[in-house]
Amino acid sequence: MANGFISRGFTGRRQANMAGRVPPGQYVTPDFPVLSAGPTPRVPLDEWQFRIEGLVDEPAEWSWEAFLQLPSREVVVDIHCVTKWSKLDTRWEGVSVDTLLEAVAIEPRGQFATVYCYGGYTTNLPLADLSDGKAFVAYRYDGQPLAPEHGGPARLVVPHLYFWKSAKWVNGIRLMDADRLGFWESLGYHHRGDPWQEQRYRGD
Amino acid sequence: MERTLAWQIATVTAIRPETPRVKSFTLTLPNLLEHRAGQHYDVRLTAPDGYQAQRSYSVASEPERKGEIELTVERIEDGEVSTYMHDVLVPGDQIEVRGPIGGYFVWQAHLGGPLLLVAGGSGIVPLMAMLRYRAATGSDVRARLLYSSRTISDVIYADELADLAGQDNGKVEIFHTLTRAQPTGWSGYSRRIDLQMLTEVAEPVGPAPKTYICGPTLLVESVANSLVEIGLDPAHVKTERFGPTGGVPRGG
Repeated sequence: MANGFISRGFTGRRQANMAGRVPPGQYVTPDFPVLSAGPTPRVPLDEWQFRIEGLVDEPAEWSWEAFLQLPSREVVVDIHCVTKWSKLDTRWEGVSVDTLLEAVAIEPRGQFATVYCYGGYTTNLPLADLSDGKAFVAYRYDGQPLAPEHGGPARLVVPHLYFWKSAKWVNGIRLMDADRLGFWESLGYHHRGDPWQEQRYRGD
Repeated sequence: MERTLAWQIATVTAIRPETPRVKSFTLTLPNLLEHRAGQHYDVRLTAPDGYQAQRSYSVASEPERKGEIELTVERIEDGEVSTYMHDVLVPGDQIEVRGPIGGYFVWQAHLGGPLLLVAGGSGIVPLMAMLRYRAATGSDVRARLLYSSRTISDVIYADELADLAGQDNGKVEIFHTLTRAQPTGWSGYSRRIDLQMLTEVAEPVGPAPKTYICGPTLLVESVANSLVEIGLDPAHVKTERFGPTGGVPRGG
């Protein structure tokens, strides 16, 4: 650690009234940057599905039509990207992961999840970071259907962790008995990604 | 093995203007880990009261350059870190960095070719690292770069790109497009990158090129969609995008 280092001549452009609201090393942007590792997958709604599988009594599966019938809610949250931007008061509509998990009986050892997506992206989370109101599958953003480049038809949103955990083009959740690293997590990013602990990279 | 990417105090040894809005910074590090072409570093600034700001910048230099790295940084008007680097830093100054970071948007010789590179603006930086690495290692894979800039004076590494294109029996080919203004006698493209331009540049490269696209969000989104449309396998198309606030490529 380089504790005590001061950058000569740097005073900073502090953003007003952000104390306690923006994690360390983040800045607030009014934009909504798009960051993805490859081309945006196009998922026709009549082929879209969402599954919960793995260590459950019986996998659950929803078509787009069935998914829209699930109880939804509007959520306003701050989001924090590991590339340093934060966006405040983002407004989503979607289905709580708790609601989805009610459709299955999870085996007690199924405490870790791989979230998998159209296009091949994956991310890993402990079940505890997906349940108890901490995560939802969103299909509307700011009153509009979620755009493909922002993860539409539907994306996971886990606002208390860095935004790479909020997997775009989400296709399902697989419950497992061990934490298995996802896409960015196996490429040097932190396995959990708590922005308040500044868990950006492996070992942080 | 768990390895923490520790912050290090780097020394700025040289600053070179590339264009009116872009400079390259040469840094020496006490503990330099060899990067792979395409990776980036985080830069952290600390004010006397402890306030900090961080941004990520792509490494422009090839891993073969020993003892130092070069970061090429565009000055973003309302930026906090890029303006400091452009307006305050002078050779001899120290700056905190950590890296290298990012393991996906990278090219290594063993991945083979051919290479199809598409850049918009300062999105050229990680792709330049790949071309420099290709040259430094004597790789003979065919490479084509399509590079979009606003005007001729916004073209970063213009001379070096021209040199690269003249070497190696034409195995490296550079295509420029200038979207806003073109000098008299301009023989390159004069419009935003579109499907026809991509077809002209991509098809002669051969089947299944390793493709890297870096630039502003709209450019990357449109280029990636078009390349998939003309038949490239999405699994071989890697992208890095930066939003209108500038800052840097890479994402989650």
